[in-house]
Amino acid sequence: MKILICLGNVPDTTTKIKLVDGKPDLTNAQWVINPWDELALTRAMQLLEDSNNSVAKVDVATVGKISSEPTIRKALAIGADEAFRIDAEPTDAYFTAAQLAQVASNYDIIITGIENADYNGSSVGAMLAELLGFASVSAVSALNIEGSVVKLNREIDGGKEMLTVDTPVVLTVQKGIAIDPRIPAMRGIMMAKKKPLNVLAPVEAENLTEIIAFEMPAPKGSCKMVDPANVSQLVDLLRNEAKVI
Amino acid sequence: MSVLVYAQNWEGKFKKSVFELVSYGKKIATDLNVELNAACLGAIAADELNNLASYGVDKIFHLENALFDVFDNEVFVSALKQVADKVGATVILFQHNNEGKALGAHLSAALKAGLVTAAVAVPESYNPMIIKKKVFTGKAFAKVKINSSRAVLTLSPNSFELVENSKTPQIESLSLDLPASKTRLENRDVVKGKLLLTDAELVVSGGRGMKSGENWGMLEELADTLGAALACSRPVSDEGWRSHSEHVGQTGKIIAPNLYIAVGISGAIQHVGGISSSKCIVAINKDKDAPIFEVADYGIVGDAFQVLPELIKSLKA
Ligand SMILES: Cc1cc2nc3c(=O)[nH]c(=O)nc-3n(C[C@H](O)[C@H](O)[C@H](O)COP(=O)(O)OP(=O)(O)OC[C@H]3O[C@@H](n4cnc5c(N)ncnc54)[C@H](O)[C@@H]3O)c2cc1C
Ligand SMILES: Nc1ncnc2c1ncn2[C@@H]1O[C@H](COP(=O)(O)O)[C@@H](O)[C@H]1O
Repeated sequence: MKILICLGNVPDTTTKIKLVDGKPDLTNAQWVINPWDELALTRAMQLLEDSNNSVAKVDVATVGKISSEPTIRKALAIGADEAFRIDAEPTDAYFTAAQLAQVASNYDIIITGIENADYNGSSVGAMLAELLGFASVSAVSALNIEGSVVKLNREIDGGKEMLTVDTPVVLTVQKGIAIDPRIPAMRGIMMAKKKPLNVLAPVEAENLTEIIAFEMPAPKGSCKMVDPANVSQLVDLLRNEAKVI
Repeated sequence: MSVLVYAQNWEGKFKKSVFELVSYGKKIATDLNVELNAACLGAIAADELNNLASYGVDKIFHLENALFDVFDNEVFVSALKQVADKVGATVILFQHNNEGKALGAHLSAALKAGLVTAAVAVPESYNPMIIKKKVFTGKAFAKVKINSSRAVLTLSPNSFELVENSKTPQIESLSLDLPASKTRLENRDVVKGKLLLTDAELVVSGGRGMKSGENWGMLEELADTLGAALACSRPVSDEGWRSHSEHVGQTGKIIAPNLYIAVGISGAIQHVGGISSSKCIVAINKDKDAPIFEVADYGIVGDAFQVLPELIKSLKA
């Protein structure tokens, strides 16, 4: 069984957003593997190492220009076998999914994160499944493979569902899929240099949407401070000024 | 041409957020001067269906099939696509929750209809269609232009007010051609009767400043007094003080209650990403420089263990 993890290359979650010439200025941002994708990769590595299943290979794919290579190298250093970079700017979810489809059709399990930390599209995984005609499950919080049976937990309101699903399948994963992301070890970093990083040309696909402008949220009015010796004033403000209780 | 809303049900009932989505859909349908249709999948009582009409739905497609008992992306999308084709839907609306995100993206790819997720307002123009959405986990907004003739939108929670708009309910059925499901439900584990964090209008949340899980009694009492749900920061759930289902923030749940009370929470950027759409934020923290005060509307600099009992007392008075 072969697993493909789709990696988003995003600014670190602590990045402060400010607009310069109407666009987010990300020149000083640190670029990282999208947090959910990193957890998905961690879980896939655990499955690869466990001999109680038929997982034989874990690869990664990203749609991005050459600037996304450090991120994909990191994934190889964590332990992925082979990487694919589709050389295009991922400007629209449909376009991005169409690029990933050319690689993903060869895999049994394709994993995407619930959302990319940049534009919060929450859409590439389900679009990819639709384009490939594969089964798809979203909000996956646990993945186990016993032999060749794929077992999942899916988060639902107030609880969870345990499912089994046919392959090939596209999974959209969220919190719970792994606890802490794996950090590359020295040996992994050395080995990553020799692993294949295939660069593919983009396929023809439409951009169904485009971002035409950015805006910052309206500045928050200053915080009204209440004296800790007079807590009842807070209750009064919440009742009569904010009118939320 | 028409607008189609997917009205998700929870065991045969609609949540308030569905009526918000219908109100939003009605506004768009009115702007475009077209009909508003709703699609509902699964068993729902007639009087519950009629509630959709009170927010302005012209036609309700109520589709029942044993396949709708378990949520399945492919099956649900196939059903919705058939309704969308039948009514010539040019704008299709979902809630921005797990089900809505999955279905919206599937349908967008199936119809080649441009998708905007986490929309926060009605389109600012229709020709071309331009919609404002959250990006960078609420740290900014983007205006997105749709290049296709049809559009799929998911609406962020708490971004549109309920608007009543009474219509005579018109309920229709449709014979569907559905694919077999490739997923099998082995087990379902749900807590019934508990106020869900994502539905709660009032939320009381604790962070590492609470020192240990044993100190949660005070927060529970505050939540009970207010009728609020409980939440926590990530380290609190990582430490096992509270259940993971209470973790809010960028990697946990994203919520938008009317009131969010943050106790002993520093206000890290990843935490704030999950709560910044709350209407009113109260911070209780002993450090006057804690970043949570930058996003709070009301603040108390003080020791939670002294402030909480006082707060509970004043609320009960
Ligand atoms: C990729 C990534 C994703 C993340 N996602 C999330 C997320 O989704 N949600 C999240 O919450 N965090 C997330 N984090 C972690 C985040 O960066 C912070 O570490 C975390 O939010 C801090 O939690 P805290 O405020 O409870 O604890 P702390 O930062 O330790 O703050 C405790 C606060 O309590 C105050 N305090 C102490 N004692 C008292 C007292 N007696 N009375 C009153 N106040 C007191 C202190 O002054 C302090 O401000 C993420 C981090 C990363 C790297
Ligand atoms: N440029 C990209 N290259 C590869 N995978 C991506 C890319 N963008 C998004 N994804 C995948 O899709 C998921 C959801 O992203 P999004 O729909 O953009 O929020 C991410 O967690 C990734 O797994």
